[in-house]
Amino acid sequence: MPMRKTILVACGTAVATSTVVAKSLEEILRDRGIDVVTRQCKASEVASMISGVDLVVTTTPLPGNLGVPVIQTLAFLTGIGKEAVITQIIQALKL
Amino acid sequence: MNILDFLVPSSIALHYPASDSKEVIAHLGKLLFDAGYVRETFVEAALDRESRLPTGLPLSGDVNAAIPHTEVEHVIKPGLAMATLSTPVTFQNMVSPEEAVPCQLVFVMALDQPKAQIEMLQEIAGILQNPSIIERLMSANDFEEVRTSFSNDHS
Repeated sequence: MPMRKTILVACGTAVATSTVVAKSLEEILRDRGIDVVTRQCKASEVASMISGVDLVVTTTPLPGNLGVPVIQTLAFLTGIGKEAVITQIIQALKL
Repeated sequence: MNILDFLVPSSIALHYPASDSKEVIAHLGKLLFDAGYVRETFVEAALDRESRLPTGLPLSGDVNAAIPHTEVEHVIKPGLAMATLSTPVTFQNMVSPEEAVPCQLVFVMALDQPKAQIEMLQEIAGILQNPSIIERLMSANDFEEVRTSFSNDHS
């Protein structure tokens, strides 16, 4: 039984965008039988939230070298390249 | 939930002739202020936020969109303003701010609690992913046409 993976979802203000991305991500992965935990934060908070996180998904640029894989994408808002990003996320989680 | 549950009819500007993104944000913010949805600090806060954390979203069709918003303390109650622009104005790309995105569809979101009105953005995202809704929206001339643009039963 693999450990449940944790994804940190970041956006500019953590008011709405990261929540929409996190929900969409959870649903899509659950449909594929992948159970993940998501957390949300502002881009400026990522460094302080990184502990225990397996992957960061962000809609806004982040400071470099966080020690975990980072995927920058608007696909969960615009639909463009969504399938490719999901593949990338699954690979990054090493599932 | 439907986007019409959030859209403030008096805060819609159709074929609006804006010369830049600031003018669009200021206009829609003013309409939301006049309708009692946001505080007078909203426009300045949204402009400041847009300059630091831009919201331009390149879409798959000819029309790109932007979704300016700001921190909750500038908002009185949740609502949504919308503009279709007669000519595109430049927003910067949310995920790569150095990239300019010519946008013709702008949704200004007034969100009064973090994570509380995510349905509003979910509805917007659904529209952004549906080129036929955007096409109808861009040609809408009044609120009734905006309203019917959002229904999915057109072919």
